[in-house]
Amino acid sequence: MAELKEQEYVHRVYDEIAPHFSETRYKPWPVVANFLNSQPMGAIGIDVGCGNGKYLGVNPNLFIIGSDRSSGLIQCANEINSRYNVLIADGLQLPHKDGTFDFAISIAVVHHWTTRERRIAAIAHILTKLRPEGQALIYCWALEQNESRRGYHEGMEQDVLIPWVLKPKKPTKSVKAAPEKVDLSGIPLHERAQYVSEMKKKRRQELRKEQEELEQQQQREASQDTRYRFYHLYRRGELEEDCKAAGGTVIGTGYERDNWYAIVKSATK
Amino acid sequence: MKLLTSNFLKCSVKACDNSNENFPLRYDANCQLQQDESIDCNPEFLINILERVDWNALVQVASDLGNKSLPPQKPELSPGDDLTDDDLAIIRDMHSLLIQTSIVEGQMSCRNCGHVYYIKNGIPNLLLPPHLA
Repeated sequence: MAELKEQEYVHRVYDEIAPHFSETRYKPWPVVANFLNSQPMGAIGIDVGCGNGKYLGVNPNLFIIGSDRSSGLIQCANEINSRYNVLIADGLQLPHKDGTFDFAISIAVVHHWTTRERRIAAIAHILTKLRPEGQALIYCWALEQNESRRGYHEGMEQDVLIPWVLKPKKPTKSVKAAPEKVDLSGIPLHERAQYVSEMKKKRRQELRKEQEELEQQQQREASQDTRYRFYHLYRRGELEEDCKAAGGTVIGTGYERDNWYAIVKSATK
Repeated sequence: MKLLTSNFLKCSVKACDNSNENFPLRYDANCQLQQDESIDCNPEFLINILERVDWNALVQVASDLGNKSLPPQKPELSPGDDLTDDDLAIIRDMHSLLIQTSIVEGQMSCRNCGHVYYIKNGIPNLLLPPHLA
């Protein structure tokens, strides 16, 4: 059930919106950039849910393997820079060697799993890839985002569908009144005024009908151009709880750009 | 997919974790390779990377792809901070092999379960079909 929901509200959507989504994702978040820039020369890491690969080139002195469930987004990453190391993989079945990597990042990804159990499993799975003392930086969308235009806040439903409106393919044209000469030659003089007034009325009705049809069509198109993605909005403290439940030790937490983040290492090693 | 990536990839099937045959994957001899000479060598980066390389896995993958010339032991750099000419030669060779060589098209399979993964346009696809997931 959870898989089907994720297939419909995450995987399929990202493949459909990939090129447009990719255009909007190019600016690295400062905390993520700092985390990557603080890694030593030649460190090896993974970016789980790398999307179009916007973090893969931040620090050229690292070897990072980026993976994403969406082949469409991985295609975008490859087109942006064919030197990025990317592959298509599921976040719960990562093909990376276990116990190996110095660091991991997973930015705005874990919130897409539809149950708490699966979100914890995803974090635990990332931790299995780290060498002892290796660190993971995990970001999830926050419930508390009073500053943002979406206005989510404490107390609201945390499992939500967020619309993504695709770019319109071409601008829709509006109805223009066709200038039409009325032929009055066959009309007796005293009936002409009434005839013209009726013609105008008829024309206005036609125009109104056309306008209504156009609006209906635009509404239909708008709904076709909207895709919904599932998000679990994390409340304060919840990401830390999930990281601990995943067997991690939380080293640091914080809030940036409507997201909660946590730096975690594996507690079992 | 750079050859270095093969040093970090195992089979996605969880059950294969119980075998020792899920890493490295077996690469098809017909894989199409590409050499990108334009990627510059950063010796310090490469020395650190080389330290992390699983040499046996690299020898096996290189052999799958038709390169049987790698020594059985990982080449060692001279002690001390200064790089000798021999060191620089090793670094250049390793840069050429690990970073400049990539697999563009082809397939790889798990030595345990036999599942085949494809590489297209330089991108390996490690997703599993529903019955294996």
